[in-house]
Parts: sequence; C-alpha cells; structure tokens
Amino acid sequence: MKRKNLDRRRFLLGGLGLGGALALGGCGRLAASRTGQNALQAGDDATQFVQRLLMTPQTLAPEFPASAISASFYANGTTDPGEADYKALAANQFADYRLKVGGLVTTPFEISLSELRALPSRTQITRHDCVEGWSAIGQWTGAPLHLLLERAGLKPEARYVLFRCFDTMDSDSLDTPRPHYYETVDLVDAYHPQTILAYDMGGAALGVPHGAPLRLRVERQLGYKMPKYLKSIEVIDSFAAVDGGKGGYWEDQGYDWYAGI
Amino acid sequence: MHAAAPSPTHLAFRHPLPIRIAHWINVTAMTILLLSGLQIFNAHPELDFGSTSSFYKHPALTIGATGESPDRGYLQVFGHRLDTTGVLGVSRSDGDVSERAFPSWITLPAEQDLATGRRWHFLFAWIFVVNGLVYLAFGLLSGQLRRRLIPTRAELRGIGASLREHLTLRFPKGEEATRYNVLQKLAYLIVVLGLLPLQILAGLAMSPGFDAVAPWLPEAFGGRQSARTAHFVIAMLLVAFVFIHLAMVLLTGPFNQLRGMITGWFTVRAEREAS
Ligand code: HEM
Repeated sequence: MKRKNLDRRRFLLGGLGLGGALALGGCGRLAASRTGQNALQAGDDATQFVQRLLMTPQTLAPEFPASAISASFYANGTTDPGEADYKALAANQFADYRLKVGGLVTTPFEISLSELRALPSRTQITRHDCVEGWSAIGQWTGAPLHLLLERAGLKPEARYVLFRCFDTMDSDSLDTPRPHYYETVDLVDAYHPQTILAYDMGGAALGVPHGAPLRLRVERQLGYKMPKYLKSIEVIDSFAAVDGGKGGYWEDQGYDWYAGI
Repeated sequence: MHAAAPSPTHLAFRHPLPIRIAHWINVTAMTILLLSGLQIFNAHPELDFGSTSSFYKHPALTIGATGESPDRGYLQVFGHRLDTTGVLGVSRSDGDVSERAFPSWITLPAEQDLATGRRWHFLFAWIFVVNGLVYLAFGLLSGQLRRRLIPTRAELRGIGASLREHLTLRFPKGEEATRYNVLQKLAYLIVVLGLLPLQILAGLAMSPGFDAVAPWLPEAFGGRQSARTAHFVIAMLLVAFVFIHLAMVLLTGPFNQLRGMITGWFTVRAEREAS
C-alpha cells in the first residue's frame, strides 16, 4: 500500500514536471507557427477593443507641468539619417522641405515648414513611453494632423493614415537596402486632438536626433507609433500591401499594431 | 481503540469544480506571465521611481554586464552590487556567453525577442484577468470566498498557536485539515485580494492608452516607472509565495493535496492516538 502510494506520487510529480517542461519548450515552436501567431495576436485585438470602449475619441493622454520635463530625453532608433535626399534638405535647414499629403483624398497638396508653422498649433507636455520600458517627458509643439486631413478632404474609403519617413533603420549599411521607417494609425488616432506633427521640442526647433524637421505624436500609444523624419502622409484603405503588410516598420518585425499597452 | 474514536481515514470533498479549474488556469497564466515578463524586463533592465527613467544614472535596481574580459554580470540594488555572473547579467545560451539580464532558460521566448514576449504577456494577462473575475464572482456568489479565505474571530485569536505549529512543522490533521487554517487564509487573502489585483493595476498603469482613461492610476503608484518597479517587486513576491505554497504542499502530502486540487477529494487521515 505504502509502496504503491509512493510510486503513484512519483509518477504524478514526474508527469507534471515533464508536462511543464514540454509545454514551455513547445511555447517557442507554437509561437512561431501561423496559428500560434494568430492566437497571440488575439491579446492585442482585445486590448484595442476594450481600450477604445473605455476612451472617447477626445480622451487626452495625461499632460504634465513644465517642471516635469526630463533633463535628457533619450533619442532612440535612427538618430542621424544618412540618406542623400535627407542630407540635402538638412544642409539647408529644411527650407526646401515639403510634406506631401495625398492618397485617398480629394485635394492632395504639399506644405512647407513655414506654412505648417503658420497653422494653429498645439503645445503639449507628455510622457513618451518606449516599448522597451523606459519613459521620458518632453514638450512638443506642432500642427494638429486633423487640420491637414480636413484640408485634403478624405474620401469615403479612407481608413488609415500612412506615414513614410526618410530614414531606414540601418542607414550606415546602405549596401543591404532596408525598408524605410513607416507607420500607420487609424482615423480615431489621426483625428485625436493631441495627434500633432511636431516641429518644436522644448520650445526650440526639433533636432535631428529627435526627427527633424517633423515627427508624429500619438500620445495614447507607445513610442514606435510616432515616426520621426516624416516625408509624406498618405490616406489609405488598407496597409496589407505596404512593405511587410503589418502596418509599420516594427509591426513587420512582430510588434503589435495597436500599441496602447 | 479509543472510546470516542475520531472518524476513521476517509475521503472528504474539498475543492468545488470552478475553484479547481480557476486554480489550474491561474497556474498556467501566472507561469507564462512571469517568464514573458522577464523577457520584457530584459529589454530595459533598469527600475526607477517617478514618471521617467534615469537611464542608469541612479536606478533603484539594474542588472548589467561590466563588458570587461572576461565579462562579469551583476545585480545592483540601490547602489549595492552583487556579482551574478552565469545567471544574471552574463549567462550562457546555446553554448555562447551572452549579455542579458535574465538568462535564456527563464525567459519566454528563450531568445531575446521583446515582440513575442509582449504578445505572450498580454494574451495571458487577459486570460489571467478573466479567470480571476470568474473565480471572484463564483467565490462571492457561492460564499466560498468567505468560507475559504476570511478568518473568523476565533481563528484570528488562535493565530499565535497556529504560528507555533507551523514553525515546528506540525500541521493540522483530521477534520481540521479540510479547511484552511488561519495562516493559510491570511496568506491567500493577501495574495488573492491584495497582490494579484495590485499587479493588474500596476500593469495597467504602464499602459499609455489606459493612462488616458485613468490618469490617476500611474500617479497612485508615484509615476509610470514607479508602477514598473512595483510590478517587478510584486512579481518577485508572487514567486516567493509560490515557493512557500509548493513547500507546504510537499510537507503536507503532495499526492493528497494534488488529488484534492484535481479531483476535489482529499483524504482525511484518522487522528492518531498516542501510540
Ligand atoms: C501574476 C501576474 C503577472 C506577473 C508575474 C507579471 C510579471 C511581469 C514582469 C516580471 C515584467 C517585467 C518587469 C517590469 O517591467 O515590471 C512585466 C512587465 C509588464 N507587465 Fe506583467 N505580470 C503579471 C501580470 C500582468 C498583467 C495582468 C498586466 C496587464 C494588466 C501586466 C502588464 C505588464 C506590462 C504593461 C509590462 C511591461 C512593462 C514595461 O514596459 O517594461 N502584467 N510583468
């Protein structure tokens, strides 16, 4: 009786241990498979659905007093694009820079920095949260994106706004061409009052490490949703055909499209 | 045989089905949350207080590598350094020495992959939260939560005796073993209604989307980076709890305890006489 009990006990514990080890070892393979990827994607979909239920299109990300601004704001990703077209514009303090606005709009247009600065502006002191885990607080001034979208006039098929950038992530290895940085946001975030094309940081013109001449701010999401070095804005109905098809440079590397957490 | 013999060894029904299901879902979810959480930590192995990061200037905690040759890994807490080469900071994965905060054998996925780690974490965060809500709803409606976890006055008065019994590893036998004793109740109560909800709140406080909905939440923790620190510390407290929990299962008859949590039935041994 005693013996049998012991054997059963050992069998059960051994089985549990083995099962656990197999389960964890299998996790990697499961995650790599297609169904695994889809299942893992479900978490992000649920997060987007519930966060959107909880917030209104106008709900603002927290803003901070000037005293909270970080002394040093870490510049992540590309900090000095090596592309020739960008270098030429930077050499001239972006005087020849024109942001292209097009895609599914009735009146595509181009706009210079001085014209952007002449538009009504918004200044906000917000916390920037990187997907890696760090945060920094900065002050941003720029033109609300919705002003540009209203001027262009969205066609009924419009679903997303695509931002194309000057930089590739590895500008110093130009021999192996890498995709340019790009991002997409949906119309909820595109029309959000804090979604601005920032040209100033901390009251001075945006520096090259932080994305001069223009970077996007999407304050209710993580840093990778806020591309720097903006080249063009394109209104689209789907991002399936853009580069890796996942809606952004980091999304194509496996990061979630909705970066609200 | 004693005249007033206690009931002989018999089976007693201990854990209702919803609680058993919730328990095992929770085991799975918490395991995956911990391992994927450590993967996420590795992307920025520094903990700070306040809203923003100090970028390794004065971290509350950091795990790093000296970069010398040979490379040394360390854990630094409030300025005090501990050499942790081989486990934290510098460890081997696939035969190669690599600089990473937590070693590959304890992160999900094993290789450095923040994107996939986050997907595991947030999918199982949902499973964990929904499971917890179902458990709470069942516990409240059936009265199980109160019966199982809330100590009675008399139990609270007996806390000293219970403490002594535990310290000498003499655990309740017979009918008494079919209920949680006062120390167990308090431990489970702190974890179930304290640490676990706090862990969810600390997780939500790190979400820029949720912070727009509830700006007071990160503030309640002292800022987003404080919430991150709290999230990490609570995770370690939960690990400590699980170790003690498992030690107790081993000390009080793992087969019986496991059967109890799998089938619901638990063997109650006859209280032994002086013999
Ligand atoms: C038992 C449950 C859980 C455990 C053991 C756990 C553990 C961890 C650990 C160790 C980390 C990495 C260190 C850190 O950044 O603090 C982490 C990160 C994180 N966890 Fe959890 N977690 C749990 C539940 C949750 C839940 C329910 C949520 C969502 C509400 C959540 C949200 C997060 C977030 C957002 C991060 C990323 C923080 C960052 O950006 O660095 N966690 N978790």
